[in-house]
Amino acid sequence: MRIAALMIAVLALAAAPLAADARDDAKKQVEFGISVAQRGLWREAIYRWERATQMDPTYAAAHNNLAIAYEHEGDLMKARAAYEKALELEPGNALIKQNYELFKEINDRTTR
Amino acid sequence: MIARRVRLLSSIAAVLVAVACTNSFEIPIETPIRPKLDVAAFQRVLVAGFIAGGTEDVDGNLETTRLLRSQLRTKSELRVIDSDVLPLQDVATEGRNGDSGGGGGAAAAAPQIKEQKDLEAYEHVFANVEYWKRIGEEYQQPLIVTGTVLFTPLQRNQIVQREQEVYDSFGRRRVVPVRTYQERKGFSLDGRFIFIDGRSGATLHSESFNEQILYNANQTTPALSSYFELMDRLIPSFLSTLSSQKIKGTRILLQ
Repeated sequence: MRIAALMIAVLALAAAPLAADARDDAKKQVEFGISVAQRGLWREAIYRWERATQMDPTYAAAHNNLAIAYEHEGDLMKARAAYEKALELEPGNALIKQNYELFKEINDRTTR
Repeated sequence: MIARRVRLLSSIAAVLVAVACTNSFEIPIETPIRPKLDVAAFQRVLVAGFIAGGTEDVDGNLETTRLLRSQLRTKSELRVIDSDVLPLQDVATEGRNGDSGGGGGAAAAAPQIKEQKDLEAYEHVFANVEYWKRIGEEYQQPLIVTGTVLFTPLQRNQIVQREQEVYDSFGRRRVVPVRTYQERKGFSLDGRFIFIDGRSGATLHSESFNEQILYNANQTTPALSSYFELMDRLIPSFLSTLSSQKIKGTRILLQ
């Protein structure tokens, strides 16, 4: 029993750096995506943020940024899905909520 | 609509606080909106006219036709046909009396349209495929825009919140929100935009609208300016039916 608990603890400790690595790698992609989006290179930004969400699917900021990029490209279905994923991960994030509210205003206009 | 704006403003306030403590970047975006209707087959558009009613202060048929034509001239790639505005109410009356709906007969003057149910008697004109096909042939088979417009006065008693100055026993001034029951007056704009294929006379798309505006009862706002204010709200949706639009805005990127 004690050995099993010890093994679980060892595995958890071993997995923690892996998760941290995934977040670090994803964060680099997100930062690069922001820098290219600020220069108007939205396709490249989408590629970077898609990679970030693959590396760390729990990274709400990456999903938020991806939603904005999809919105800019006119892909409103994908934008909605990405915003909803970002909010599912961080329901209390006011910045994501604001982006989503603004997106919904535009989206409602197209479906009215 | 107002509730949504209030929610949006409160979330913006929360955002300003959040921005200060997060790695975030405001970025301008332009969201392209695809048109609801594929108008690739048309080079020209005819805003034919509307069956209109409501207040006599505004000629809903003439004003709506003029406004939509001027908007389409500047914001659409279709060539706008300049022609006389069709007296659709008369056309519909003649059609109902057995005429084919040419608009040139000597029918009795159509009764005034005062409310929504009065419009129903004329709506059959939009389904008259032969009539619209003939109009289409006359103007080289354009996309035809028509519909109904009902611009009616509105009066409502409702609770409104206003700020009131109060002074306490020390003479200190405070401003407090006070809710009062107030008489409000304004206008309602209801109707439908109908898009007809000038080649076949068939209806391609239609969309209904309803917008209202209310003012304090002691405020005098001319009917025509209220009409334009309400139409301003409808124009983006109308234009996005025919042509792609780019909506500018800003969003917050997160790190």
